[in-house]
Amino acid sequence: MNLQGRSLLDISDLSREEIIFLIDQAKILKSKQKDDSPIFMGKSVALLFFEPSTRTRTSFEMAAMRTGVRALNLDFNQSSAQKGETIFDTAKNIEALKPNAMVIRHYGSGIPLLISKQIKIPVINAGDGFHAHPTQALLDAFTMIEALGDLKNRQVLIVGDIAHSRVARSNIQCLRLLGAKVTVCGPPTLIPPLATELGVKVSHNLDRSIPEADVVMALRMQTERQNSFQVPSLKEYSTRFGITSERAKAIKDTAILMHPGPINRGVEMTSSVLRDPRSLVMGQVENGVIMRTVLLREILGLGK
Amino acid sequence: MTTSFINARLFDPSQRIDEKGSIVAEGGKILDILKDKKADVGKIFDLKGQTLVPGFIDLHVHFREPGHEHKETIATGTRSAAAGGFSTVCCMPNTNPVNDSSFVTQYIMEKVHKFGVVRVHPVGAISQNLEGKTMAAIHGMIEGGCIALSDDGKCVMNAYLMRKTMEYLTSYNIPIIEHCEDEHLVGQGVMNEGLVSSQIGLRGIPHAAEDVIVSRDISLSAHTGSRLHLAHLSSKGAVESLAHAKARGLHVTGEVTPHHLLLTDESLRSYNTYFKMAPPLRTENDRKALVDALRSGVIDCIATDHAPHSEEDKDVEFENAANGVVGLETAFAVCHRLVENKELSLERLVESLTFSPAKSFGFSDRGQLKKGYLADFAIIDLNKSWKIESSRFFSKSRNTPFEGWNVKGKITSTIVGGNEIFNSEKGICVD
Repeated sequence: MNLQGRSLLDISDLSREEIIFLIDQAKILKSKQKDDSPIFMGKSVALLFFEPSTRTRTSFEMAAMRTGVRALNLDFNQSSAQKGETIFDTAKNIEALKPNAMVIRHYGSGIPLLISKQIKIPVINAGDGFHAHPTQALLDAFTMIEALGDLKNRQVLIVGDIAHSRVARSNIQCLRLLGAKVTVCGPPTLIPPLATELGVKVSHNLDRSIPEADVVMALRMQTERQNSFQVPSLKEYSTRFGITSERAKAIKDTAILMHPGPINRGVEMTSSVLRDPRSLVMGQVENGVIMRTVLLREILGLGK
Repeated sequence: MTTSFINARLFDPSQRIDEKGSIVAEGGKILDILKDKKADVGKIFDLKGQTLVPGFIDLHVHFREPGHEHKETIATGTRSAAAGGFSTVCCMPNTNPVNDSSFVTQYIMEKVHKFGVVRVHPVGAISQNLEGKTMAAIHGMIEGGCIALSDDGKCVMNAYLMRKTMEYLTSYNIPIIEHCEDEHLVGQGVMNEGLVSSQIGLRGIPHAAEDVIVSRDISLSAHTGSRLHLAHLSSKGAVESLAHAKARGLHVTGEVTPHHLLLTDESLRSYNTYFKMAPPLRTENDRKALVDALRSGVIDCIATDHAPHSEEDKDVEFENAANGVVGLETAFAVCHRLVENKELSLERLVESLTFSPAKSFGFSDRGQLKKGYLADFAIIDLNKSWKIESSRFFSKSRNTPFEGWNVKGKITSTIVGGNEIFNSEKGICVD
């Protein structure tokens, strides 16, 4: 496996074997009692975030720290555009500072891809619009495999705002490569058009779908991306699609519960469900750092 | 002045003309058509066997003047038209200020007289400042030379305003042109809603956004008796409604752009903003329906919707990029690919750029090779292969989705009123 110098823009940039390799590396790294003390090798990674993010950004920062890589933290919050600079000029300026890789989060679908065509260093997509969030999909697959073993023919139920979710899109691609059966569940207004052609089953009835699931992944209601005509109210949404302790009873004992965060408590999941022993929400955050550590190490070619 | 165009393949499918011959032009008009004969009066223009067709007519261009002269002017836009074989173009009113009064119409006509190299007919706005609220100053615009009304770029969302404007226009017998996109259904959409939008994560625009307005306006046209022209059709459903309207005998016509005839939303996978336009590129299913409708005559004509934009307007996030592509200089050659692919006959292609648009808008002095008609011609080397390179455009803008295409069929000369305006070797002959 050689990922050195390559960009990660979308799950389709990886083969099934490469995904399994990355997950195996993550398992090994996690099994170590404590880190090898990282040595600063003179490498740096620029983190360009054009959209507010806490989890993903700090996760990459921690991963950089654990790899001995200096993270150059650039929080734009859409301000460069306000100064009149195009996103592509911004990226080329950052490239001129000579980092070894660029991690990009942007509110527009396709921006990391377009930037990667204009610069020479590898680009890691940390989430673009509602297109892709490949590092999240990898850490989610790692978390599922850790809990359930091989995902072949496992039933993964993704509940919520699928239409506006880059997490859902990348997870669907990644999970299908790993042999899992994916069902997306939500009101028709929040399911993307022609979803079945993405290779998933579509359900509008959570109660009917939940007992079969080995993984129940709830997605955040992205009210900032939705207009006001998707569901009558968040209350009505949670009545139909929220994971309450009542619904959690129907979930298999062996199943796991996930959420990429941040959670609207009481909307997608109730507080009591978050405390459920089957919930791996915090485990996902921990695994995020590990997966991103592996990715930085491999893409920057930092040995083992 | 008299000019003889000799050794031509005279080609006018509307009259089933396809034979060797000559044309004599005098005083800007066609004096004589000599089939199988060589004329030898006046200045001799030897076509050496190339194809001579009526000058192309584009019912839908944006020349950006006044207000956005950095994208295009009447000078550059008409040169771009000439380079594409177009001798007549109709320019849309979404300038700044909007062409919604006789003052702006006069300003445009003055620029046309001073700087234009082909015939330009402005389209006036339906509503003041394209706001969709109150009628624009219609009489003055029509007196000033506007040949149709449209809020193009925007859809007239108020059905009552549309109804009343249609009614009002029946006293002038000019068409109203609709940009059929329900703005609520478009919402924040930036591309066709379908499998590709689901995969690449851009907000979709459903077919229904176009279809509902097409249906609404056909109903209003039936109610008022007004002539209705549907701009840049993109969806199969819209085409079906148009076919139905024609079967009912309504005064409804429609146009389609070269890009909707050649491209689909698959092109959007690159997130290249040069494929962003309104209405959006749709699916192969729609593309085929559009070609079928053009072939059968349900769609009357090809119009470019030539929409120049600067690099700065395009080289941004997809969501923020301007809509539209330039099209005048590539229209014939890219549509000729449909002929090469046997999707369309050369006859119908030429007709849909000449006779059909003339008929749609009621031009009774052009679009055919007839005695007394304007001596406007496009001269084409049908076998000439060339590569589309936007850096060579006469337009001020470079936003073509066909960059790098190897195409066949080259406009070698454009004649307006008997005078050669464009020549592919010399460029614009009057400059």
